[in-house]
Amino acid sequence: MAAEAQFHVLAVDDSVIDRKLIERLLKTSSYQVTAVDSGSKALGFLGIHEDEENNEASIHSVSPNHDDDDHHQDVDISLIITDYCMPEMTGYDLLRKIKESKSLKDIPVVIMSSDNIPSRINRCLEEGAEEFFLKPVQVSDVNKLKSHLLKGKAKESQPNINKRNIMEEMSSPDRTITNYGGLENV
Amino acid sequence: MDSVVQLQKQLVDYIASLFHEGFLDEQFNQLQQLQDESNPDFVVEVVSLFFEDSERLLNELAKALEQKTIDFRKVDAHVHQFKGSSSSIGAHRVQKVCIAFRNYCEEQNVEGCLKCLQQVKHEYSLVRNKLETLFQLEKQIIAAGGSLPAT
Repeated sequence: MAAEAQFHVLAVDDSVIDRKLIERLLKTSSYQVTAVDSGSKALGFLGIHEDEENNEASIHSVSPNHDDDDHHQDVDISLIITDYCMPEMTGYDLLRKIKESKSLKDIPVVIMSSDNIPSRINRCLEEGAEEFFLKPVQVSDVNKLKSHLLKGKAKESQPNINKRNIMEEMSSPDRTITNYGGLENV
Repeated sequence: MDSVVQLQKQLVDYIASLFHEGFLDEQFNQLQQLQDESNPDFVVEVVSLFFEDSERLLNELAKALEQKTIDFRKVDAHVHQFKGSSSSIGAHRVQKVCIAFRNYCEEQNVEGCLKCLQQVKHEYSLVRNKLETLFQLEKQIIAAGGSLPAT
């Protein structure tokens, strides 16, 4: 396997400025990027449509009987990074929908927000977000994504390990809150 | 080549003054660092998007505050966006006014909001002028065959 495999990141943000920024930040780290402006567009891209009765992925071009496969998406997304405050569907709503989806729940999700609200951060981490970045997102933040991307890849061949652990000290001056098992931010 | 050196010095001094006077903050440096040979116009592009978006937001704010019954949640939503975008490009003084603006929204203080609208319009036009001057200087340097000073 190549040392720098091309990871494909899906970025979700309703702000055109922030989309441009996150896209550039991610491309600087050699990720392939798709940026969309809403949660519903993100779900559409991931192959899930709101009108599905069950929370199963709507499969466009994949043949049936793929229960053993890892991803039923049309595109292979390695990580989703989403803004929290968006009209209609918040980043939290999107996170929940992803975690409720059989085919998408193992994709690491990172939340971004310009507001530092501990209860909000907690909620997201509890729901399974890997990290919470305060905006404006920096290069140093994006550097933290690699470990989550590699974890995501490893997960494809591992049983679902519950690695969630809520950070108890929310008054940390750190700009990012990482969902490690009780360890401080590295 | 003398004039290029002079222009380059002018640019460096100008940028320093913008930081010193609080028009720009560290985030603007971050933007410059994301610019390179493969993305030589990144900063201008982002800032142009900011200009467009800001004009839109200022219009929406003016409209929202003209209503007989003001929907403060709507006003706040616009200010929140403005705060976010100004923060993303490092437009520090604009961002600061937005913070005060949001407080007035929360208090449903019409006068406070109208005052802030004027202030934010003012700060926005100031930083816009400054940035346009900055970009002009950069253009001049490049036209004269020089390269932009490293950030």
